[in-house]
Amino acid sequence: MSDDDGFARTVLPHLDAAWRLARWLVREPAAAEDVVQDSLVRALTYFASFRGGDGRAWLLRIVRNTAVNRSSSLARRAEDQLDTTESGAHANLVDLAASPEAVLQQTEAHATLAERVAALPTGLREAIVLREFEEMSYRDIAAITGVPMGTVMSRLWQARQILLERPAPPAGGKTAKDKTA
Amino acid sequence: MTLADCQGRHLLIQAELDGELDVAATAALTAHLQTCPSCAALRRDLLNLRVQLRGEITPEQAPDALRQFLMSRLKPKPRPWRRPAYAMAGGLAIAAILLLILPRATPDPLLDQAVALHIRALQPGHLLDVATSNQHVVKPWFDGRIDFAPPVVDLAQQGFPLLGGRLDYLGRRPAAVLVYGRDRHMIDLFVVPKTGGSLAGTMTLDGYNTLAWTKGDMTLIAVSDVTTADLRGFQAAWNAAR
Repeated sequence: MSDDDGFARTVLPHLDAAWRLARWLVREPAAAEDVVQDSLVRALTYFASFRGGDGRAWLLRIVRNTAVNRSSSLARRAEDQLDTTESGAHANLVDLAASPEAVLQQTEAHATLAERVAALPTGLREAIVLREFEEMSYRDIAAITGVPMGTVMSRLWQARQILLERPAPPAGGKTAKDKTA
Repeated sequence: MTLADCQGRHLLIQAELDGELDVAATAALTAHLQTCPSCAALRRDLLNLRVQLRGEITPEQAPDALRQFLMSRLKPKPRPWRRPAYAMAGGLAIAAILLLILPRATPDPLLDQAVALHIRALQPGHLLDVATSNQHVVKPWFDGRIDFAPPVVDLAQQGFPLLGGRLDYLGRRPAAVLVYGRDRHMIDLFVVPKTGGSLAGTMTLDGYNTLAWTKGDMTLIAVSDVTTADLRGFQAAWNAAR
């Protein structure tokens, strides 16, 4: 079996998952396509270092990092242009820093569930879509998003509270203040 | 008991729904839920949210352009010792294989979806919402969760033991999934009220075998990596038991 065969076998079955994650992270289809393309190129480059195991978590981690790097470089560019731009990349910035409470207030009452998921801060959004739509374990979500498992649990909890339209956590009250972006 | 008394338990409830609790902790939590209405209500809300999320948001598929891009990156490296004719034959063979892999012509999207759900269920931490071989436990479990009564039979005698059930979404509608074992393999049987289409017969998708048939008011789709012959045997056993 050549390397290319191995790569195709590892990556092809997870292309849909890669696409979905990119769509949740960068939204616009054209941007998501760019992210997945870049990720595939990087995955091919790093494939020699892939030690087997879960190809899906491995690929999604690359997709996630590619999407996040892209967003932060867009954010930097938008910051440079704050005086001139009122929309576009700037509009995308809001959710990088917004607190769950702010997000809840911003989100229209009649927004669909998909729109409300899309309005979640990035850290909460990536946790909830990996869990609910890709059915990843806490361990895999932690590996993909680069945070400890405890953070994954609290992000999932916060995301679910927001989606259930109950922003105040019943225990403590500290978790909502966690840095999520 | 109020929610305040159960501080810290909310993450346990969440972990249980996410399939992250071990058996002992799950048992302890289940006992607590029976005596604590607020924790039980929390679990119900979280479960409803999941059902809503998975029901309202249809999983997207990657555009074909991405598959083609991936394939374009996997050009076979030229081997100098090959004569051009062989190289071309090789190229054609690879092209033929890619054609087989790439556009998955699917006659019925339900089948495609059922296979995707089956693959998803095979992942670690997969959802078996109710894990028991007792058909009299599985059947009532679906009551109130779906608006139809799926027929549940155990086929352990026939070599297909019932392992449990779960709730999934097929064609944007709730579907009862009965999970059966076959040696070391798993058969997912999707049960939905009869669909309009003419879904019947066997088909192989992504290496998984599917067998669809109609029985009474129900459309049944079996998905597994067991052989088509085994699926036929399963169908016969299932029909005979009903």
